[in-house]
Amino acid sequence: MIEIKDLHKSYKMGSNSLHVLKGINFSVAEGELVSIMGSSGSGKSTLLNILGMLDEADSGTYTLDGLPIKNLNEKIAAQYRNKFLGFIFQSFNLINYKNALDNVALPLYYQGIKHKERVDIAMSYLEKVGLADWATHLPNELSGGQKQRVAIARALASNPKVLLADEPTGALDTKTSYEVMDLIQGINDEGRTILIVTHEHDIAEMTKRIVNLKDGVIIDDSKVNQVRALSNV
Amino acid sequence: MFNLERWQEIFETISKNKLRTFLTGLSVASGIFILVILLGIGQGMQNGISREFEQDAANMLFVWSNVTSKEYKGLNPGRQITLKNEDYNQTVNKYEDQLEYKSSVFRIWSGFVNYKKESGNYRVEGVWPDFQFLENATMTQGRFVNYKDNDNVEKVVVLGNKVKNDLFKNGEDVIGKYVQISDINFKVIGVFSDPGGEREESRVFLPISTAQKVFNGGNDIRNLAFTLPKRDNFEQALSESEKFSEELVTYLKEKHSVAPEDTRAITINNSLENMKRFYDLNKMIKIFFWGVGICTIIAGVVGVSNIMLIIVKERTKEIGIRKALGAQPLSIIGMILHESIFVTTISGFIGLISSLALLEFVGPLIETDYIANPSVNFNVALTTVFILVLAGAIAGFFPAWRAARIKPIIALRDE
Repeated sequence: MIEIKDLHKSYKMGSNSLHVLKGINFSVAEGELVSIMGSSGSGKSTLLNILGMLDEADSGTYTLDGLPIKNLNEKIAAQYRNKFLGFIFQSFNLINYKNALDNVALPLYYQGIKHKERVDIAMSYLEKVGLADWATHLPNELSGGQKQRVAIARALASNPKVLLADEPTGALDTKTSYEVMDLIQGINDEGRTILIVTHEHDIAEMTKRIVNLKDGVIIDDSKVNQVRALSNV
Repeated sequence: MFNLERWQEIFETISKNKLRTFLTGLSVASGIFILVILLGIGQGMQNGISREFEQDAANMLFVWSNVTSKEYKGLNPGRQITLKNEDYNQTVNKYEDQLEYKSSVFRIWSGFVNYKKESGNYRVEGVWPDFQFLENATMTQGRFVNYKDNDNVEKVVVLGNKVKNDLFKNGEDVIGKYVQISDINFKVIGVFSDPGGEREESRVFLPISTAQKVFNGGNDIRNLAFTLPKRDNFEQALSESEKFSEELVTYLKEKHSVAPEDTRAITINNSLENMKRFYDLNKMIKIFFWGVGICTIIAGVVGVSNIMLIIVKERTKEIGIRKALGAQPLSIIGMILHESIFVTTISGFIGLISSLALLEFVGPLIETDYIANPSVNFNVALTTVFILVLAGAIAGFFPAWRAARIKPIIALRDE
């Protein structure tokens, strides 16, 4: 599903440049649940941004489901993000003046789907994350866990090939974190490819594969025995 | 532009940010409001000035005499110059072919006029028949003074509309009735109205020969009044009348032994010159008002663009989210522009309607000599609103363009 070869990325910080990714080779098959770990500054977020087409690599190739991702202009990048990717953020990033349903429906709006159909689809995903009753609530009326579940429903709404989650449990307490991870595992069980950036070991243990990043290179990449989140709740 | 979702988005953001929207709207609405009011007052001044000039023939030359202010040929200053019948007759003979209307005037400033028990003091003027046209008077009943009246020294009188209303309270027929002026009976032969309004209508006209005889005027006259034939070209008319009045003054000064440089003894009031001065002034006022108005609008546009910049700043994160979810740059620009155009249009029309309402209801209440019926051409007002909306769109475009270029990764960075 994802193929990365010899990926380099550096940032200019004033006069000196910071080499963040120093040749990443990495691939993800369909249906995998991968966690990317590393201390801060290891380049894990940069990697995720490049995978999410929010940022571009300096050199190296990136292929998503057979499609080379390269020299994107803003318009095409937006199209690809909308069609192929779903984002889950640490700080949820819901639009605070839109209710849960409208937030979930937003990616569908950018796909040009009609209002009535959007509402139907968004509602089905809210049901999936167990928040159908909260459809008309604004984000500030929801708890952290509920917000993240709305964000997950939104990421799923456009039926993307890959879900990218940047510290999805970073702002949640342990119990809520496990509930969110249970939801993510459930989605993965249905065959969706998911990448999670995290620095928490217990969260990483709940994925099927852990990629360890340090100073811009992969130092370890191994499959693990998945811990079901539900057993910890 | 016309899809429901976009409108919903705009109403959501507007209702979420009432103060911000209100301030944007206020700067636009007040800009339009001030512009329209200024234009209205400018128009009102023009109307007022035109009205001032309608009270007499537009091209009238009016000669006054006064005391001399300079010594000349051994004659002391302070000598009263009085025009005589022969001044009028000789002038008319000399310039006959140049003149359109001509009259001399003998005047009693305050004459006691009564009909039965009703009475009042009015300006009493002895005139020639042409004076009707010099004064721009319109007969509402009967006729004006004619040459036969003058030749026969008839005791006939033409009343101003106001005088008629004052003296004949019960609306009876006035023609043929006798009114007394200084206890002498005069037969009413006509009633006139004047565009100058009540002030111009509170006077009565007699044949000049009668007036001189009855009020012991002898040969004296107070004024000469002339018009030259009308010309299509204002500049030509002006230069002709200036040339004529120059000649006339020189002629009269010589005749009465007045120093050529004495500007007090004999003066000519040239309506055309006055009119030109007033129209020049009016033009300046208009240019000034437009200038102020346009500056106001520019201030409004700058205000809108400032607020739009703040809006974009405030919504940076939201824009980042939208872009991460697949919003294209064009749709972001569209969203911001749509909002800015919507707000400027609505508030522009609010400003337009409230200012037009003010002009409509308060305008007619303004009663001064130089402002009449302030109003504004609706098309001009509408055009300014559209210019403002366009300017608002341009003002909104740059912030929107900036917004569209925001990188989602930067916008989403946690602070």
